[in-house]
Amino acid sequence: MPSAVSLPPCAAWQEDGGDVVLALSGDWKRDGPPATVTGISPDRHPSRYQVSELGSYDSTLPAFLFSLLRSATELPETKDKPVPALDGLPENLRGLLTLALAVPEENARLTTPLHSSEIRELGKITVQLWETIRSLLDFTGQTVLSLARFCRGKARFRSADFWLILQQCGAQALPIVSLISFLIGMILAFVGNVQLTNFGANLFVADLVGIAMVREMGVVMTAIIMSGRTGAAFAALIGSMKVNEEIDALQTFGFLPFDFLVLPRLLALLLMMPILTVYANVVGILGGMLVGALVGIPPVLYWTETLTSVDLTNSSLGVIKSVFFGAAIAISGCMQGMKAGNSSAAVGEATTRAVVASITAVIVLDSTFAAIFALLKI
Amino acid sequence: MPARITIKNLTMAYGSLVVMRDLNFEIQDKEIFAIMGGSGCGKSTLLRHLIGLQEPTQGSILYDGRDFTATDPAQRGPFIQRFGVMYQSGALWSSLTLGENISMPLEEIAHIPAKTVRDLVSYKLSLVGLAGYEDYYPAEISGGMQKRAGIARAMALDPDILFLDEPGAGLDPLSSRRLDDLILRLRDSQGSTIVIVTHELSSIFNIADKVIFLDTATHTQGALGNPADLRDHSDNPAVRLFLNRGEHPTPPP
Repeated sequence: MPSAVSLPPCAAWQEDGGDVVLALSGDWKRDGPPATVTGISPDRHPSRYQVSELGSYDSTLPAFLFSLLRSATELPETKDKPVPALDGLPENLRGLLTLALAVPEENARLTTPLHSSEIRELGKITVQLWETIRSLLDFTGQTVLSLARFCRGKARFRSADFWLILQQCGAQALPIVSLISFLIGMILAFVGNVQLTNFGANLFVADLVGIAMVREMGVVMTAIIMSGRTGAAFAALIGSMKVNEEIDALQTFGFLPFDFLVLPRLLALLLMMPILTVYANVVGILGGMLVGALVGIPPVLYWTETLTSVDLTNSSLGVIKSVFFGAAIAISGCMQGMKAGNSSAAVGEATTRAVVASITAVIVLDSTFAAIFALLKI
Repeated sequence: MPARITIKNLTMAYGSLVVMRDLNFEIQDKEIFAIMGGSGCGKSTLLRHLIGLQEPTQGSILYDGRDFTATDPAQRGPFIQRFGVMYQSGALWSSLTLGENISMPLEEIAHIPAKTVRDLVSYKLSLVGLAGYEDYYPAEISGGMQKRAGIARAMALDPDILFLDEPGAGLDPLSSRRLDDLILRLRDSQGSTIVIVTHELSSIFNIADKVIFLDTATHTQGALGNPADLRDHSDNPAVRLFLNRGEHPTPPP
């Protein structure tokens, strides 16, 4: 019976003949004061309960009793008893506790960490690194096999999906590529102009912007944009499909998930990256031209100077690199999606990993190309 | 004394597509109320309206006589704090363990001591047959277990009104029976009003005091009443067919 004045909750251990009695009193409410326990706990279940002074209660009371009974059932002398006596408790409380105590507790998970040492940590890192390299090689190998199937006309995917991906990777990326490339061209021109004016050679801003854009900045900035935009989208979409068992469904129909999901994305980026790179180069040069016009270089003169410095060799270097960058972005995004775990959090993690991996891959590849071109004196 | 929940002339729609119109019913205090009907009839949509996740096209929803739909969504806190909701898929927060899923509302909303939180988490998980699963992440347990953990989370704050969306779907018979037992005991011990969306006829007959049948053909409420009475005596043949598991019953006398 709920009492008019709230009384503090109390559990008192009492001896009655040979019996152990737990007397419950007061109001057991979540927002009330914490319960006080009096008397000496006898390390066994109460034989019965006394509730004559028990007021109102919510889940706090059964939770308290459950904790008490669960810890007591773990003691050796009472372990064999299935459900302890609940005599004296109100009927509803007895029912809820019987329900809660009916299922044995799952063994607690191993939460104590294994003994850690520097050697063990080094070993773990080495194994993880090896696993990463192996899975990357495995995925790249599967990509090559998939491409080979495509070249032999044996790969199967929906052409409608391919055109849609092509549109997402190409036309829909134009606004952001335009903005970034134009600004990069302007920044290069501003920086170059400040230095070259000291030597009275500010016309060479056109050379600087042109060569920098077509060799490095155009392709690298496009690749970074596509890593953040398209690579992340690939990972998120494929990861979500994995969580929803859509990839399993593809497999059970006999489709190769690799051909169906990875191949069209790889082809789309291989096709679109060179086009976007050429576009970014032109827009970047236009950005430099605008700055040139602002600092007194006539646009016609700027354009003529650009054509003088930017030859076919320089222009083709960026385009060649863009194909490799496109492949790296597609492989990183799709691989992280395919490797994603089975939860929504795992999809987020896969997306983050895809962006980091593809940007890293782009920079590493660019450095390698720089070294190769230097050796070849291009 | 007003009913715990009152639905007046409720019309639900997605744009121009009307899902249900002119729903009128009351759910009394400590009642177990089931919402049933064929697939796609709008059961879960009705539940989403009841908890304020969707706004009705017309009509109103009242809790204890106070108009929920007329209240600014930003001011609905006092209503919502009395709700416990279990979503169809469990909707557990995947980055938290099962224990944290249940303790978060206890710590953040109820601000209760850590020891009591631990006891409550352990007790609530045990009630749904998941004793000792506190440290597991949702991705590490089966779909049925996630659903049961979702029920434990819905019960975390001892809500006055518990909304359960398809709680028995995907559960094994023993877990399903245990869940029915739990729902009855929650109503009896805590005085909770329980609203269940379900297809499970055995559960409906075991625990529901009253059901509403949403008729897909007419987009209106097909019947309202005690499930056994409706099965045997409803005027609506679709209701009798549904409650007799598709077997053609004899027409009511």
